[in-house]
Amino acid sequence: MALRHWITLAVLVLLAVMPPVFIWMGNPFYVDLATRLVILGIAATSLNLILGYGGLISFGHAAFVGIGAYAVGIPAYHMLYGGGEAVASFNGMFQIPLAVAVSALFALITGAICLRTKGVYFIMITMAFAQMVYYFFISIEEYGADDGLVIDMRSQLPFIELDEPLQLYFFCYASLIAALLIVRTIANSRFGMVLQGAKGNNERMVTLGYNTYLYKLTAYVISGAMAGYAGALLGNFTTFISPEMMDWSRSGELMFMVILGGAATTLGPLMGSAVFIIIEEVLSNYTIYWHLPFGLMLIAVVLFARGGLMGVIGRGRDGK
Amino acid sequence: MSAELEISGLNKSFGGIKATDDINLAVTANELHAIIGPNGAGKTTLISQLIGSLRPDTGRIVFRGRDITRMPAHARARLGITRSFQITSLVMEMSVLDNVALAVQARDGHSFRFLRPARAVAHIREAARGYLEQVGLGPRADAPTVALSHGEHRLMEIAIALASEAGLMLLDEPMAGLGPEESALMVALLKQLKGSRTILLIEHDMDAVFALADRISVLVYGHVIATGMPDEIRFNHDVRHAYLGEE
Ligand SMILES: Nc1ncnc2c1ncn2[C@@H]1O[C@H](COP(=O)(O)OP(=O)(O)OP(=O)(O)O)[C@@H](O)[C@H]1O
Ligand SMILES: [Mg+2]
Repeated sequence: MALRHWITLAVLVLLAVMPPVFIWMGNPFYVDLATRLVILGIAATSLNLILGYGGLISFGHAAFVGIGAYAVGIPAYHMLYGGGEAVASFNGMFQIPLAVAVSALFALITGAICLRTKGVYFIMITMAFAQMVYYFFISIEEYGADDGLVIDMRSQLPFIELDEPLQLYFFCYASLIAALLIVRTIANSRFGMVLQGAKGNNERMVTLGYNTYLYKLTAYVISGAMAGYAGALLGNFTTFISPEMMDWSRSGELMFMVILGGAATTLGPLMGSAVFIIIEEVLSNYTIYWHLPFGLMLIAVVLFARGGLMGVIGRGRDGK
Repeated sequence: MSAELEISGLNKSFGGIKATDDINLAVTANELHAIIGPNGAGKTTLISQLIGSLRPDTGRIVFRGRDITRMPAHARARLGITRSFQITSLVMEMSVLDNVALAVQARDGHSFRFLRPARAVAHIREAARGYLEQVGLGPRADAPTVALSHGEHRLMEIAIALASEAGLMLLDEPMAGLGPEESALMVALLKQLKGSRTILLIEHDMDAVFALADRISVLVYGHVIATGMPDEIRFNHDVRHAYLGEE
């Protein structure tokens, strides 16, 4: 087995074992941290499908996460305070599919437009759509505008009690495993080959007869839907949502995680999320300018360690 | 004999430059039709319009009786038109075999298949290996594309064009930048293909052109000034004056 497979295994085992140990040691704070890591890992993994494998520099991914979180918060809000009969619900079996469906639809509509553009225009227009959602929620007084919305009740699911930190954690952990497998399977499939081919040389793929626009749009929708799912988990974890979750800097952070960890690698985005969370935790105790070292690290990775952390690990032993 | 490809009244300008100037040309099924002409004559521009990456300003392109003038590039490929690129155009990040496999996969139904690993689809991989062997790149199949030489990249272009199993191959200077041995290999390869499909060959190497072509058209300043058998072209006064005489 190659080194990177051992590392993948080690990371996933560690993530399964550590949280119960933290609880047993009476340190629930670290379970919170692990939960946040796993949720960010899912969001970054979903971004990796389009950014890493598709080469689509989408700068608006946090919008999908935010939409997913509001899809939990808004139904719960109406359940408590009335109105909105069509969506009012505490049921996770309704909220989570709603989060996935709405973010997929948003991805379909915006992707259809964004993917008509290329390069820096694509970056700008994905960002513009995300900011549009940001300002949309800021303008809605009923859902707390820029103060945000407290989710008074977590999603109700059969067999799982999300109010239990460890159960919430393992629900997220299982979702992460699923997300990693989904993106990995898609990347290696015939669809994934076309997507990666179009990233490397779009004109060649068109000449071969592939309508690359449709392939990219499909990837964009899958990616958006997965990010919406991550958003539903995030809403349940923080029990609070605000437009700030969709700010462009949040999208930038997700991009950092993917590139730092290693774009177009299975585990890279999760590794990037881990580094992000560690830096954030450690440095934010000392300085409010903790973003700065993170930016410097990213520049170092881009300049000296192409392929990110996973690239460095891979080169150590297998020459790839 | 039926016309496989009919170009009529084709025009394309870039600003003030008329890159395609009222081109009328009929290419017969299974002929090897060479297009020669000085640098900047508009040869690549013509191919780009035939393949669909450039829109002509006016005129019509008919392939097998079907008007394809406004058809998107990917749809033309599905009808059986392929091109090779004058400037090598491959997916450098992928292996040699992956590049060819993508061409095989393209005509194996749609690729909205998400589950099975593409590299485990035996019939695609084996077919792709076959095309690589045909151009002599069999031993290089698993190498990363970036690791290959310029000559090998040119051969990959041909392997990919072959893998498309297209009825009409548009080859844009396949011998550009090749050494004498590699050129000879390429000529032998094209000789093998000749007769089994329609080939529009753009080439500066006159020895290769006269050795291979059934007919030749001469393009100067975007306009076809002559079309004929190799010998007619060789001794055509206008051609000698406008083009061959310069060499
Ligand atoms: N995209 C473009 N924009 C503007 N001008 C162009 C463009 N493409 C080609 N041209 C011009 O059109 C003319 C024909 O170019 P083209 O590349 O078709 O020539 P060619 O016959 O293929 O030449 P070569 O033998 O050098 O490959 C040239 O004058 C070129 O500068
Ligand atoms: Mg040219």
